[in-house]
Amino acid sequence: MTELHFDTGRVLLLICFGLVPVAGIILGLMAPSLRRQIPLIVGFVAGIVPILSLYIPKRFLSAAGEGMSPRLDQYLIIVAGFALPLGIVNVIQINSRRVGRGEKGWPFALALLVGLLLMGGFGVYGAVSGQGIGFLPSGAPTPFQWMTDWFFRPLQATIFSLLAFFMASAAFRAFRARNTEATILLIAAVLVMAGRVPLLDFLAYPFPPLHPLAASLSQTMGRLTEWIMDVPNSAAQAGIIIGAALGAAAMAIRVILGIERSYLGLGKGD
Amino acid sequence: MRWAIRLCLLAVLGSASAATGAPSGTLTPPAPELPAPEQFVAKDRPGDAGNSILLTWKDPASLPVGAVFEARRSEPPAYEWAKIADVAAGVGRYVDATAKDGVVYRYELRARHAEAADTLGLAGTTGPAVVSDPVTSHDDWIRLDRVNSLVACLLFLVILLSSIWLAGRGSQLFVRRIAGLNAVDEAIGRATELGRKVLYVPGIQPPGDIQTVASLAILGHVARATARYGTDLDCPNRDPLTFTSARETVRGAYLAEGRPDLFREEMVNYITYDQFAYVAAVAGRMVREKPAANFLIGHFFAESLILAETGQSTGAIQIAGTADPAQLPFFVAACDYTLIGEELYAAGAYLSREPVLLGSIRGTDIAKALLLLLGLVGIVSATLGNNWAAGLLKTQ
Repeated sequence: MTELHFDTGRVLLLICFGLVPVAGIILGLMAPSLRRQIPLIVGFVAGIVPILSLYIPKRFLSAAGEGMSPRLDQYLIIVAGFALPLGIVNVIQINSRRVGRGEKGWPFALALLVGLLLMGGFGVYGAVSGQGIGFLPSGAPTPFQWMTDWFFRPLQATIFSLLAFFMASAAFRAFRARNTEATILLIAAVLVMAGRVPLLDFLAYPFPPLHPLAASLSQTMGRLTEWIMDVPNSAAQAGIIIGAALGAAAMAIRVILGIERSYLGLGKGD
Repeated sequence: MRWAIRLCLLAVLGSASAATGAPSGTLTPPAPELPAPEQFVAKDRPGDAGNSILLTWKDPASLPVGAVFEARRSEPPAYEWAKIADVAAGVGRYVDATAKDGVVYRYELRARHAEAADTLGLAGTTGPAVVSDPVTSHDDWIRLDRVNSLVACLLFLVILLSSIWLAGRGSQLFVRRIAGLNAVDEAIGRATELGRKVLYVPGIQPPGDIQTVASLAILGHVARATARYGTDLDCPNRDPLTFTSARETVRGAYLAEGRPDLFREEMVNYITYDQFAYVAAVAGRMVREKPAANFLIGHFFAESLILAETGQSTGAIQIAGTADPAQLPFFVAACDYTLIGEELYAAGAYLSREPVLLGSIRGTDIAKALLLLLGLVGIVSATLGNNWAAGLLKTQ
């Protein structure tokens, strides 16, 4: 006969995330105002458990794999697993409606649906047939892998490569010396860029007598760049990070205590 | 005769040296005696979730070079000694993470000549063992190494709640003007006048990220405004959890404004989990549908500049916000207004104008001032050669 093991953490989680929401749904049917309270209660528990587990190492709360806090992380994965099909259903619904009605831009919606069904179909086929979604024993790619290699990855790289051009256009706009701050930004940017590449060595390349001077100046420029990045830049970033961390902590407390409810679409008096 | 005896003795010594690996013809020095470890203690590791025992000791002064400490454990029912680890000299501690809570163990520690340092044929020889008292492992109620963090958290909580309480009692609070948030209504009003939609991108992270929660709070305000003005709203999502949360946020906002008839499911839509496919879809919408106002608020990565520059090229009024210092320059360069760091988290309170929420902003400011003061004191003390401030803030 197996020994009965009472898992405190699991029982508490079951109460908080199983019984309370179900009771809330039932009570909400009778009293609509309660519908807004239950998410706040669940949010309070979900928010307070990880904080307590930081300071209280009790097994039921913090133990790896079996404590309430690690289990909450696992629950998040499970909930995300349920949310993903909802997203896919939403994609199919919205885009098939767009195609059916012939709305503006319907060919794009059709391309999305075809891509979804094709890749999804190959993925399901790979799982059902047992050949997987990678490579076959012969070394040949599965249809899913072939589509990934020859369509998906090149398209990904195309979008990512746009970043270089956008960076140049944004830099051009940001570095226009319209006022004092923009001028300081421009000077700092030029110094950092010049210090990160062997610019002076390149310019002095056709003039061998200037090579030692260019090398020396390049080193100085490099040190100046390091100073700009390590001192003023790091100080400004630290200021932003400290402010953001305190703001995030305050926001978390507001959400946990149910003071901040606008993320539920609710405001004053709702 | 004497010569014969000497030769025999040398032959015997030579063969013994060869057997132990020592150079032939030399005399092996006597094996250095291994001392016992000092102050050996086995106890439950403090401040953990159980299942571990901490062994501590001090190396004896006469410990020869190359010696290691061999830890052994005995457990019921047989209580036979079994080796659990070799620990190098100078470490002075070992955590037995294979212990089970509630089981009574005894530990034994002794010095041993390590194989790697063996040049004298002493490998494996051990010194006298020291045996610990019986010990059991259990989980604890407090992590002692995080007490400073706990005190700071409690202090912050007290400051925050007292500020909220004071604000709730009607204290006048001054909150500095945040241009980006003042422009929210202006941007939605512009979209309404132009008859075009408002695009809201809540970042690409799940709601487990606090920036996403802050973004959803702002989305709630934006959705209430679009519900009031009857403006179309488009909120494309990359993360499925954020998608479901955002849909409930927008639905709740339209209900709260008394305009559930204006809410459509496709207002909050899911695109894909892939980062760049998502970017391609959103940028495509920006170019094709030309929203009048773009909100890029939340946690972004490489897509931040692609989205912001595309939106900029369409002439939309753009309000961005993130707490990630790496993405802030891109938004500052390409957007009309940027919520920087803490402004993102203050946005929900600022837009609602609820005194209770504004009180929390005041509390954050007080905490920031205290932290700044502590930082200054720490800088001064560190400059004077005292690092107590760094020690105060050290945590695990």
